[in-house]
Amino acid sequence: MDTFQLIILLLDATLRTSTPLILAALAGMFSERSGTINLALEGMMLGGAFSAAAVAFYVGSPWVGLLAAIATTIALSLLHGFACITHKGNQVVSGMAINILMSGLTALVGIALFAQGGKTPALDKGSRFQPITFPGADAVQDVPVLGLIYSELLSGHNILVYVAFLAVPAAWWVMYRTRFGLRLRAVGENPGAVDTAGIGVVAMRYRAVICSGVLVGMSGAYLSTAQGASFLQDMTAGKGYIALAAMVFGKWRPFPALAACLLFGFLDAAATRLQGVVLPGIGEVPVQLVQALPYILTVILLAGFIGRAIPPKALGRAYVKER
Amino acid sequence: MSKTVELPRWIDVGALPLLNLLLALVVSGLVVLAIGENPIQVVEILLYGAFGYEEAWGYTLYYTTNFIFTGLAFAVAFHCGLFNIGAEGQAYIGGLGVTLAALYLDFLPFPIMLVVAMLAAMIFGAAWAYIPAYLQARRGSHVVITTIMFNFIASSLMVYLLVNVLRPEGSMTPESEQIAEHLRLPFIHDIAGALGIEMASSPLNLSFVYAIVISVMVWLFIWHTRWGYAIRTVGANAVAATYAGLEPGRFIIIAMMISGALSSFVALNEVMGVQHRLLIDFTAGYGFVGIAVALMGRNHPFGIFLAALLFGMLYQGGAELSFEIPTISNDMVVVIQGLVILFTGAMEHMFRPRVTKIYTAWRLHQDAGEAA
Repeated sequence: MDTFQLIILLLDATLRTSTPLILAALAGMFSERSGTINLALEGMMLGGAFSAAAVAFYVGSPWVGLLAAIATTIALSLLHGFACITHKGNQVVSGMAINILMSGLTALVGIALFAQGGKTPALDKGSRFQPITFPGADAVQDVPVLGLIYSELLSGHNILVYVAFLAVPAAWWVMYRTRFGLRLRAVGENPGAVDTAGIGVVAMRYRAVICSGVLVGMSGAYLSTAQGASFLQDMTAGKGYIALAAMVFGKWRPFPALAACLLFGFLDAAATRLQGVVLPGIGEVPVQLVQALPYILTVILLAGFIGRAIPPKALGRAYVKER
Repeated sequence: MSKTVELPRWIDVGALPLLNLLLALVVSGLVVLAIGENPIQVVEILLYGAFGYEEAWGYTLYYTTNFIFTGLAFAVAFHCGLFNIGAEGQAYIGGLGVTLAALYLDFLPFPIMLVVAMLAAMIFGAAWAYIPAYLQARRGSHVVITTIMFNFIASSLMVYLLVNVLRPEGSMTPESEQIAEHLRLPFIHDIAGALGIEMASSPLNLSFVYAIVISVMVWLFIWHTRWGYAIRTVGANAVAATYAGLEPGRFIIIAMMISGALSSFVALNEVMGVQHRLLIDFTAGYGFVGIAVALMGRNHPFGIFLAALLFGMLYQGGAELSFEIPTISNDMVVVIQGLVILFTGAMEHMFRPRVTKIYTAWRLHQDAGEAA
């Protein structure tokens, strides 16, 4: 295999590993730009992944599974909102609670329903999202350079991969070019001013966490019905936190967050391929270092050594209406 | 606004948390019902598993020990207004300190080793907490995010060290060598046996006693020392603290390092007391349970002890439960844990307005009665 083909395959894997991160990072962004910290991405992803796999298994359609995943994550978002927005509870604590709760609940319900040690049964072809082959992809495969890019890199992914990449400009448009987006950002920066303008802060924040729920639901469904073929216990394995890191790394903005997700996805894909590989001059690459790199980079960024990541001003603070 | 009466202490720190806990347990019961089991039976098995026989007590208190340490760790940082989500990583790295000390200084006699291991754990745990603390205090990076990141970094680092450095030659499993027999913490049943008392064997060891001592020390530190006062002041209002001549950054770092040191004592119980070697993921989520324990215990060492006991009971009883009812796995305990954090932590204010209203009405009614 020549180097070019290797690079294409690595980038191809990057697209697949970064898809759930992109969806979850955008989800985090919607919630946090409106002032609600969302540490619950990990747990919501897990809940979405479980619902998607379980429902897709019973119904035999990945689309119904996707809807179930989104319904689950919206419900969890509303729970998070109920604790943080309505009852002004601590947002960090609520997020951690949902993560722990879902880690246990998905396994518990999985065992009760399927008795396979927390897994869901393997999905057949019809109940999973299948790769979409672009027209002419096979025909152009042998064309040098461009052929491989078209047939391997661009074509042959499932629908959710394309949705994730389209969601980025869509999120940007919503966030920066619509009235809804303006208000959403405003409640995250200065809720008092928004309230004065006669817009309900609470309602606005609820809408933001619902957007967040829709996006993170898709990312969960991707894990269990597109990338994988069943739900596995704790299958998110920290992806929710990586997405959170990517969102912070992208300074709470869609396109920089996309770049961060691609970088982290690339590191993930590279770590798998670098297992046991000896590089000339460096020696064996410690895979663990590559795996830890997203976290290390995020800490360095947060420390202000690569630009400055400034969170929304009202992030983490419940809005108390003046009486 | 209508007139309200301030809630008395017994409602504030007693009745309200209990009400929230009760709600968490009721919802847990509904979950049990939903998966088709009998909640009453589950409670019976849980209680029997946790306290029903002598050995069970030992296991319950052994889990309690870990939760006391991580609960205290979270509480100390919380008093300074910080969320230390990193107890997991700090305990893990603390385990590295204990193991290194026990493996490379194995010529030391036990009493000296005990002190050395404790110090090693504290230094490693505190050092791991120092970086997020420094970044929070001096560069304004949010400690919640950085401590989460540090948990993952610790996990990767430890896997690397266990696979490549600490694993004895020829062994396939990624764990360190056993620590020498004379350096292990004595089990309580051995101590009792030496004193002529028969006790069933369990992993309960000397570190339980240590956890109690540490609880008292934390109580003294937080409420009866200058530093404790400063930490609480910074936590209550950093701006006011600055005007009072306290430098918040300094106390943020101190509180976080103490928190890290407290987390690291989990390693004392696990590595020196029970496993006798360093295992991958030996912290097993104890750090996260600490959050629930501290919140439930209202960040007071006595409350933390009670909450730690509750979780120790749930862990030990949960093991029994998965044995008795196959459809209910240990994950039930994780669910209960999540619900407890949700209701006693995130939704702690849920009942407050209503209870305040009822209490106010009752008091006003009484006052009116007295006046008449």
